[in-house]
Parts: sequence; C-alpha cells; structure tokens
Amino acid sequence: MPINAGSRLKSAVCDTQVVVVRAPASDVDLTCGGVPMLALDAEPVAGAVLDPAHAEGTLLGKRYASDEIGIELLCTKAGQGSLWLNGQPLGLKQAKALPSSD
Amino acid sequence: MLAEMAGEGGGDRAAVGRMTSAELLDRSRRAAAWLGAQAVDNVGLVAVNSEATPVALFGAAMAGRPFAPLNYRWTDAQLERALTRLAPAVVIVDADMASRVGSVDGVTVITTASFLAVVSATEPIEGSGPDTTQPAVLLFTSGTSGDPKVAVLRHDNLVSYILGTVEFMGAGDDEAALASVPPYHIAGIAGVLSAVYGGRRIVQLPVFDPSAWLEVVAAEGVTHAMVVPTMLVRILDALERQPDLSLPSLRHLSYGGGRMPLPVIEAAVRRLPDVAFVNAYGLTETSSTIAVLGPDDHREAIASEDPAVRRRLGSVGRPLPGVEVEIRSVGGGPVAAGEPGEIYVRGEQVSGEYLGLGSVCDGDGWFPTKDGGWMDTEGFLYVDGRLDDVIVRGGENISPGEIEDALVAHPGVADAAVIGVPDTDWGEAVAAVVVPVAGATIDPVELKEWVRGRLRSSKTPARIEVRDALPYNDNGKLLRRQLRAELRS
Repeated sequence: MPINAGSRLKSAVCDTQVVVVRAPASDVDLTCGGVPMLALDAEPVAGAVLDPAHAEGTLLGKRYASDEIGIELLCTKAGQGSLWLNGQPLGLKQAKALPSSD
Repeated sequence: MLAEMAGEGGGDRAAVGRMTSAELLDRSRRAAAWLGAQAVDNVGLVAVNSEATPVALFGAAMAGRPFAPLNYRWTDAQLERALTRLAPAVVIVDADMASRVGSVDGVTVITTASFLAVVSATEPIEGSGPDTTQPAVLLFTSGTSGDPKVAVLRHDNLVSYILGTVEFMGAGDDEAALASVPPYHIAGIAGVLSAVYGGRRIVQLPVFDPSAWLEVVAAEGVTHAMVVPTMLVRILDALERQPDLSLPSLRHLSYGGGRMPLPVIEAAVRRLPDVAFVNAYGLTETSSTIAVLGPDDHREAIASEDPAVRRRLGSVGRPLPGVEVEIRSVGGGPVAAGEPGEIYVRGEQVSGEYLGLGSVCDGDGWFPTKDGGWMDTEGFLYVDGRLDDVIVRGGENISPGEIEDALVAHPGVADAAVIGVPDTDWGEAVAAVVVPVAGATIDPVELKEWVRGRLRSSKTPARIEVRDALPYNDNGKLLRRQLRAELRS
C-alpha cells in the first residue's frame, strides 16, 4: 500500500489511527499490533488478531518517526497495538518546540 | 479531526470559557448534525467572539460546510454583497447585528443564542469528518486594495499548519490564551485551532479595548496572547497611564498582521521584561504564520552590539520548518541573500486560492505574496511591505517602511505614514503624514533633516503633513489608498 503525506491509516487489530506527516521515499512494511495497517476507509480484515509481542500501545498526539527511513506518523487515535516499521519498533519522536505564534 | 483529537485527548481540560475539550467536541458534533441538515453550501458568521465561534467553526468543518466569518464592521451594503456570494447559506448573527443582515435570497439568519440553543437540542453526528481536500474556511481579505477577494483554506492547509506548529496537548494546565482578534481574521481562526489542539484554555474578549484587555489578562490569569501592532501601541499607552500595573501571569505575547515599528517593540520589551515576545509573519492565504522571530531571537538581537544581529529585531525571523520561502526578482528567478525582491512561499499550509479565481500559485506550488522583502545570510526574513506601496522615485525603488521607522524614531512623532505622490520631476515623490505625540509641535524642516541624517536624501520626504490621526481599518492596517487619494486631491 502506498503511503503519502497526509494520508490517514488505521490499525487492523486495535483503535490506533495515524496521519502520515512525512512519507518515506521507498515502499515500507508498516504494521500496528503486528498486522499491516489499512487505509482509514478500508474494510476490516477478517480474523486478524493483536500480536501480544506488538502490544505496547500508541499514545494520542505523539509522533512516531524514523529519520533513517524518512517517515513520521502522528497518532490521531490511541490503541493497544504498537507501530513497527520494516520489522523494527518505530520510535517516539521528541517534539521540537516552536514558539506559539497565535 | 483536530477537534476530535482534542475532545478525546483533552477530555476534562478547559477549552473555551466554561466548556471542556470533551464538551466542545460534543457540541461541535451536534452543530454538525444541525448544519448538515440545512440545504446550504456555506455557514456564515456575523458576530463578535463568543462560545459560538469554535462550535460553529468545528461544527461546520465536521458537516463539510465551509465556514465564512464576516467582518461585522462592514457597511450593511458590504455585508449584503458578501452574503450574496455565500448563498445558499445559513448565517449566525449576534442579535444586535441581526437587523443589519436584512434579507438576502437563499440566506437563512439565526441568532447566536438561537444557534447555541438549537445545537444543544440536536442529536450529535457520529464518526469521522469530511473529505480533507475540501474547503474548510472562507475568509474575505481586508480589501485595502479594492474589492475583497475570498481566500479558500482547505482542511489539509489548516491541519498541516497545526500539526506542523503545535504540540498536541502541549500546554500546561495553567495556560490560558486571550482571543482578542476578531473571528473574521486569519489569526482569530488559527488562534482557536492552535489553542484547542494544544490544550490551552481560550479566554475570549468580544471586542478589543486596551483597558479591557489588561483587566482580562489580570483577572483570568492569561499566559498567552496575540495582538496586531496597533493593539500593542494602545496597550502600551494604557500601561503608561498605570505605571504600577504588572501582568504577572502574562508569559508570551505574539504579534503580527502588520509592520511593527521598531520603537514600539523596543518599548514593549522594556515595559514587559518577563514576557517572551514572538513576531509572526503570515497571510490569510498561507493559513496564518509562515515565519517566526522567537523569544530567544528577540533577546539576542536586543543584547547584541553587532548591527547585523541587532537589526534582526526588525525581521520576521526564520521560515517555519514546513514551509519554503524564496525571494525572487520582479518577473525573474531567485535572488542572492541580501537582495530585495518579492517573497514567494510554498508548503502544504499554503492555499493561494480564491473563490471563483482558483489558485494563483505557479506550476511548482509557489505562492506570490505581493510582499517585498529580503533574506539575510542566516535565513532571517525581512518584510518591506506591500509591493503595491513601493514608491518609485527617479527609477529608485523606495519602501515606505524604513522611512516610517525613521520618522517614528523622532521623539515628537507618534505615528507616521509614507506614500508616493505624483511628481513631474521624479515620477513619484516621497510624502509623509505624521501624527505628533501629545503636546509636541512638529517642525517639518527639522523633521526632514532628522530623516536625512539617518537615511539618504532620496528617501527624505519632499512633503510632510501633520495630522491628528492616521486612517486604519479595524484590523489595524493602514489605509494607504485613502491617504494617497487625499494627498493627490
């Protein structure tokens, strides 16, 4: 599945939803709860279950990113699964503080 | 999406006035159900800031109906023309303004109080928001240069701005933002979105007045506020009359929406030493801020002996990470650092699109701002003003801003405007209109010498007129067109 900046994805096995802030240049294997993520409007996958080894959970409003791959996701709905990219857990990104301008 | 995230993640946090984040989400969903059931294309607003503003903004967004806040200071005829362009529409109107809206074909009028009542009585919608590529907000530009155009801001533009600049629920529990910019100004809309997403309580000031502003800051423990330059001038005047007044809660003051004269910001930093100042530069068409001069930049510039660092106080800082800024020569390509030209901007938050006109961006997505400016070698952006305001004297391009700064730096001058007037020798000549500080008398000959001593002689006004006040619109924008017409007649 292509991942474009601005596209919204959901987990196949928990409540997690993300929006793609920065899209990777190449194809990636993105999973949540151990199962590939779906487009927000996609039909649920029958029989998919949460892998207990991928159940650290996602946090609302947090950014998950890999500078190496060039991807950044923003969690818009929290869930029980955790985000993995190409077989590795995707790390939490430290927020860069911008001064409030409005 | 922003309100849904805030509602779910913010929960019991205070959002607007007495409403929590969760309550704001609930009322927005109810508003979406009611607005979605109306056979209209757009949702208008003719009202001062109140709880209805965020409810209507988010409700319209969830219902997939563009939200168009209108300037309630317009004449009745201007309002009618604007509503005609929005029809079929439902328009939410403060009761004391209802008579001004009159009857326009295809426009249903509901008062602010009735809107909030009917919203409470409607069952909320469920599920997700609309197609994010659709228009979310329609803003009529201030029209200082003719009939107003209607800027179209899509969900993607606004969401990109918020996600790129605000940390979700990043505000401390004690933080409160004072909303004193009217809802029809881009800063009013961006302020609501930033505060709700960031989890900062919004305190609303229906109509700006410097004394009321100071009172509300003190009474409500306001920590963050945004003002346009004319507001800051009036706040400083009010503070001068109350030298003992301190604003212990105020930590953060951002300003934008027009050129800030250097003496004003220097006076503000002196008077409010504990406040972090932020200069924000942006346009309606760019979903608010595209460059910021942060608190550290202010402190560094003020403390520096290096003129190149010191002058940054007059810059608008560096572009946001999510946007690219380029300076181009007129009709040409990018220019080198330090060279003046037109400011171009590109990024997902940039709309550059007008109702009925489409996008004015070039094929690569660059939006021409029509602002003149330049960038230094460190990436700090300087805005000279609208290109339309540039004075062309004997082939030399002269920006009014630096002459105005030189005039205002004179101890006897409170305010100044510089414009070009037709001249048989030079094509255009530099003319200045100045307002004296209370009790001062201005000697035009001496003032010309003052400017000549600071700038070169081609920038010295050939003509100086003294007046009691300058004409501003209610967003604090100087009405140069009006002055130009007056001086030419």
